[in-house]
Amino acid sequence: MSAVPVPDRARALQRREHPAARALGLVGLLVLWELLTRTGWVPALFLPSPLGVVAAGLDMLRSGDLLAHVGASLGRILVGFALGALGGVAVGLAVGVFSLAEAIGNPLIAATFPIPKIALLPLLILWLGIGEASKVAVITLGVFFPMAINTYTGVRHADPLLLRAAVSFGAGRWSLIRKVMLPSALPMIFAGLKLGAGTSLLLLVAAEMIAANSGIGFLILNAQNLMETTTLMVGIVLLSLLGLASHWLLARLERLAIPWKVDA
Amino acid sequence: MKILVEGVAKTYQDRRGQSVEALAGVTFTVEAEELVAVVGPSGCGKSTLLNLLAGLLTPSAGSVGFEGELPAGRPPTAMVFQEFALFPWRTVQANVEFGLEEAGRPAAERRLTARRYVELTGLGGFERKYPHQLSGGMRQRVGIARALAVDPAVLLMDEPFSALDAQTRQLMQEELLAIWERTRKTILYVTHNIHEAVWMADRVVVLSRRPGRVLEIVPVELKRPRTEGMLGEPAFVHAVERIWALIKSQAREALQQGAA
Repeated sequence: MSAVPVPDRARALQRREHPAARALGLVGLLVLWELLTRTGWVPALFLPSPLGVVAAGLDMLRSGDLLAHVGASLGRILVGFALGALGGVAVGLAVGVFSLAEAIGNPLIAATFPIPKIALLPLLILWLGIGEASKVAVITLGVFFPMAINTYTGVRHADPLLLRAAVSFGAGRWSLIRKVMLPSALPMIFAGLKLGAGTSLLLLVAAEMIAANSGIGFLILNAQNLMETTTLMVGIVLLSLLGLASHWLLARLERLAIPWKVDA
Repeated sequence: MKILVEGVAKTYQDRRGQSVEALAGVTFTVEAEELVAVVGPSGCGKSTLLNLLAGLLTPSAGSVGFEGELPAGRPPTAMVFQEFALFPWRTVQANVEFGLEEAGRPAAERRLTARRYVELTGLGGFERKYPHQLSGGMRQRVGIARALAVDPAVLLMDEPFSALDAQTRQLMQEELLAIWERTRKTILYVTHNIHEAVWMADRVVVLSRRPGRVLEIVPVELKRPRTEGMLGEPAFVHAVERIWALIKSQAREALQQGAA
């Protein structure tokens, strides 16, 4: 009898990683971009060179312009985000826990949630004036809805077995909320925070483009009016850095707040 | 403390609004410091019975209750769950402290009491671990420690070891018996495993298919402490055969009707 080898069928399942290709893709794009603009193939008015953008950014940092705009934007987004997140969690908890709040709140949220929040900005300006309040308010609204809906979903999906176990040890309503429902909802709450972070950045820029004389959104729109494409690109790079930073920060916070998460 | 179950019936509405009779006319008692097992085919209302005693359900007819002195601050019952039901966001220590928190004990006392039961259940050194970092057997130790920590008069156990592999289950049964010898709780132990029931219990309550009725209460004439050697003794074999004879036809019907 001849030996029959076991065929190696695992190869179809393999998926290789290409660490070099990852770096090359990003660096290659930047180099190509720089070359295109250096050789004058693409005029700097339409596409400024990456090194030029970095230089312009450094100039603005020295003059203090950069910090002023970033500071104005950060102030609006932080206040709006905090208010929206707190309000959303509070309302989501209430609607998730109390059947009366659910009966009243659910249809209200369902009816108002689909409105694109930016459409409310003119109304908010009418009510709150053209200053900071209307910009903060539109961000608050944008963050409020994903937070409320996610918190509500998280609370309602709390494991009935854990609720029963808590009750069997004598837990009352308040204990259930604090010790079972809220921790159960935390992963959903963090998913809401990440969603809200993206939405708030979008609304911030939109609000600053519509009515502001400071902030990154204003910087971008103003640069376009003045045909300063390099400054415009600085604004876009700042926004992407802001987005990356908020995502990183929330991921760190999540790991701190949910140490029991299996993949942590 | 003694458990009294008298003429208990439980009917509830299922999702389609039809009423389901889970238990009918169930009567038995569990003496103080006795370990009684309840066995029966799938869907005989075993868990319903425990939930009635834990106060998680109320009987449709009849009564459940306890008899004896209950010192202030001690709850009548504490439950150990089949799927452990540990709080994933709490460490071992904090899980064991849960019932003590709800009983309003001060923090220092909670810590000490929980420590004692962590040691008793062989969890020493694992206090700071989260449930997902533990094996099934270790998780159920936490479940047992959490229940014992509130010093209940009666320990209710709902198929506590059925989610464990056979070897771990055997070891956990021995450990539970050792803990019981030391703490002398009244234990009501629900299981579908006849060998387990006979090996552990003083008496075995055999329930019928839905609606669950008491078919017979089979006494186990084995000395304590129980040892593995007793698994071959005539008294053990006799009790197992008697219970299987009672349940066999019922279990087969359940299988054929696809009832869960």
